[in-house]
Amino acid sequence: MFSRLLSALFALAFAATSFAEPAVHEFMLDNGMKVIVKEDHRAPVAVSQVWYKIGSSYEEAGRTGLSHLLEHMMFKGTKAHGPGEFSRIVAELGGSENAFTSRDYTAYFETLSVQHLDRALELEADRMRNVVFDEKEFRKELAVVMEERRMRTDDSPSGLTYEQLMAVAWRASPYQNPVIGWMDDLRNMKIEALQRWYDFWYQPNNATLVVVGDVDPQQVLALAKKHFGPIPAGKVPTPRRPVEPEQRGITRVTVKAPAKQPYVLMGYKVPNLASATEDWEPYALTVAAAVLDGGASARLARDLVRGRKIAASAGAQYDLYSRLPGLFLFDGTPTEGHTAAEIEQALRDEVKRLQQTLVSKQELERVVTQAVAAKVYQADSIFYQAMEIGILETVGLDWRLLEREIERLRAVTPEQVQAVARKYLIDDYLTVATLVPQPTDKPVRTTPVTRGAIHGK
Amino acid sequence: MANRIKTFLLLLCLLPLAVTAATPKLQSWTTRHGAKVVFVETHALPMLDVRVVFDAGSARDGNLPGLAAFVSSLLTEGAGEWDADALAVRLEDRGIDLGTGSARDMAWVSLRTLSEEAVRSVAIDTLAEVLARPRFDDEAIERVRSQMLVARRIALQKPGTVASERFFRTLYSDHPYAHPSGGTEQSLPKIDKARLRDFHRKYYVAANAVVALVGDVDRATAEQIAERITAALPRGRHAPPLPVPDPVPGGELRLSFPSSQTHILIGQLGLRRGDPDYFPLYVGNHVLGGSSLVSILGEEVRNKRGLSYSVYSYFSPMRATGPFLMVAQTKNGKAGETLEVMRDTLQHFVQDGPSQALLDAAKKNLIGGFPLQISNNRKIVQYIAMIGFYDLPLDWLDTLPDKIAAVTLADVRDAFLRRIDPARNIAVIVGGKPE
Repeated sequence: MFSRLLSALFALAFAATSFAEPAVHEFMLDNGMKVIVKEDHRAPVAVSQVWYKIGSSYEEAGRTGLSHLLEHMMFKGTKAHGPGEFSRIVAELGGSENAFTSRDYTAYFETLSVQHLDRALELEADRMRNVVFDEKEFRKELAVVMEERRMRTDDSPSGLTYEQLMAVAWRASPYQNPVIGWMDDLRNMKIEALQRWYDFWYQPNNATLVVVGDVDPQQVLALAKKHFGPIPAGKVPTPRRPVEPEQRGITRVTVKAPAKQPYVLMGYKVPNLASATEDWEPYALTVAAAVLDGGASARLARDLVRGRKIAASAGAQYDLYSRLPGLFLFDGTPTEGHTAAEIEQALRDEVKRLQQTLVSKQELERVVTQAVAAKVYQADSIFYQAMEIGILETVGLDWRLLEREIERLRAVTPEQVQAVARKYLIDDYLTVATLVPQPTDKPVRTTPVTRGAIHGK
Repeated sequence: MANRIKTFLLLLCLLPLAVTAATPKLQSWTTRHGAKVVFVETHALPMLDVRVVFDAGSARDGNLPGLAAFVSSLLTEGAGEWDADALAVRLEDRGIDLGTGSARDMAWVSLRTLSEEAVRSVAIDTLAEVLARPRFDDEAIERVRSQMLVARRIALQKPGTVASERFFRTLYSDHPYAHPSGGTEQSLPKIDKARLRDFHRKYYVAANAVVALVGDVDRATAEQIAERITAALPRGRHAPPLPVPDPVPGGELRLSFPSSQTHILIGQLGLRRGDPDYFPLYVGNHVLGGSSLVSILGEEVRNKRGLSYSVYSYFSPMRATGPFLMVAQTKNGKAGETLEVMRDTLQHFVQDGPSQALLDAAKKNLIGGFPLQISNNRKIVQYIAMIGFYDLPLDWLDTLPDKIAAVTLADVRDAFLRRIDPARNIAVIVGGKPE
């Protein structure tokens, strides 16, 4: 019935209306924990996500990587369950589970058959307050995280470039911190610091439970009360929000790393929904990003990749939902015979064009049409639906903003896109990171192939 | 960013089923031109997913590595009367997503559209043109070549990719699975328009295609759509069987690379699609290293010793015999220890098999986790395209739980003892010197 109504709406004008999603239910437990439930009855499954307002942007110099390492320790046992038991129990229930840490949040999730939701919440409630910090487990997990850092960052030219861009773009903002932490901070990490970090932030009144799936909202509330309800509210510190001093000119950093392919990454300091003085500005920036990089028809693909053929790939990205002001990012990889400097110039020319010429009506309409379709497509994933809600709540925004997103994008005018480009995408707010490839040499065989020499012990 | 583990390497090939799950009802038929269609009707969302799969992966490259991937990339660079710009505008003005991809066995085109007729018909018409009448404009060919060369250089920056390529080259020597799907710096410049067109003419034909449809259309409409998509494709012939890879002796290969970690791949020939040992090997591997953290390899390498962030093992069942692989990466100074632990773990597993408790837990995970694997349209369309492509029975989903439940300890031990000989392992070790 639902889909028929939608079909009728789309038949009238497929780009004219926003997707009427199922209702979202919001509750607050007595201890201050928020519970948000969205029904989706297409399959007998549910996703549970527990979001904590803690991440690398809460960390201070010398202690980077604390939140992410703590995330790892959350799998290392509680008073009731030994190390790794959480994962084993969920696996036996047929569930999949994991966690992720970002600048502004740490989230833990289980996706499973809906009848096991009770058990998942029981386990999550247990590890909200009862994690055991064992020195031996900590040492091993620290080694694992250092391997993760080597893999994702130290041995990744683009990973290094991103880390360097963030580190130099921000003078005061904690967005300068790498989520995984500086290697030296990891080396000096103490288990007591983790314990303290856990005690500060892992409190029901600093957490949001989001459940999406084949559930009844009242039943989820009852389960949440049963498992999380008994946990008393804690004293949660007020997170620091350092104000970034005004940038006064282009900042540049070069990154030398073993690589074969040059790459440029650049970012302009911009407000977002949580920090904007004019609340239309973030939506105008969103439209600008989509006009530049909203698919194969957008400007960067059409003009830099296809038209001028100087880029093998080029992108633009803007994050509407973050706790602190962020960067409007551009990146590009030059084709043979072209340089990172040419890509940088071409990207800045695209910015200039946004400032000088109004975007066309067709481009704006396409952005809205794509957003409308994307809303439908996103409803295919319960994980994505939960994630959207979790992010907004955790960066301090109301999830109801999601319901107005299409309407707000539709209201953006060409003049507004031009205005935000002129106000924020200016050289004085720009940081450019350029990867300068160093020889990798050809992989050299260091031993002959030893045929038949290998046997297990 | 910074997830704990991400090892979803097994694609959707190896998915289990739950007794309690309502499995999607598969319907199947053949179009007039001989393309196989697999369809699941679901009206929960006003959208339609289409996935057209051809036996046109890099195993069909012949002497030009990268040819299949090149053709696949060019499909969306202009078709019929539209050049790349016009094609992109036509689709994106309507919120339609169109993508292409290829691997060793297959090449695919995927489409996602709103099911509203006015939009959907444009999507389907465009897809039909993209499949049957790609333009192969000179300009697009040169541009895509240059992009593929860049992708090649980026791949060679990564020690993990270098290791994986060397592993395949060593394991498959002169078999068509040996070379990298994306081509090489030597082969890509040699690919010309004639070869691209020939490849397309030969392999993008109805008899070599599977059309998977999932979404908000009824059977009659699905039939019309499948006909429309394949109408302009010549009937053609199915690609011939691939050769059977010859076993190669085990050995060890070390390559130096300026990285802080050493990447370790250990493996040998595993199994093909339709292999009678599929279930015992698949379930057994789930215990060994299939579910990463909750596995013996995860326990030994990561949990007990903190040696690696991402450690896992898998069988990749393919048209011809695919590989069995164990993978880990560790700081250079720990490469020797990690290698030894991985080898010991496999040796013990093959000799002794898993414990009954671990096997039971793995089966519970596989069977209980099935509803997650078919919980949305995107997963279902990939799954049924795979079923169609490998000619698995249409009741594959319905019978899976019983087949997994039926696997015994003796089955696993027997299958591993017969199929995995640690002495035949090829170990590829790529990394730098200890700090």
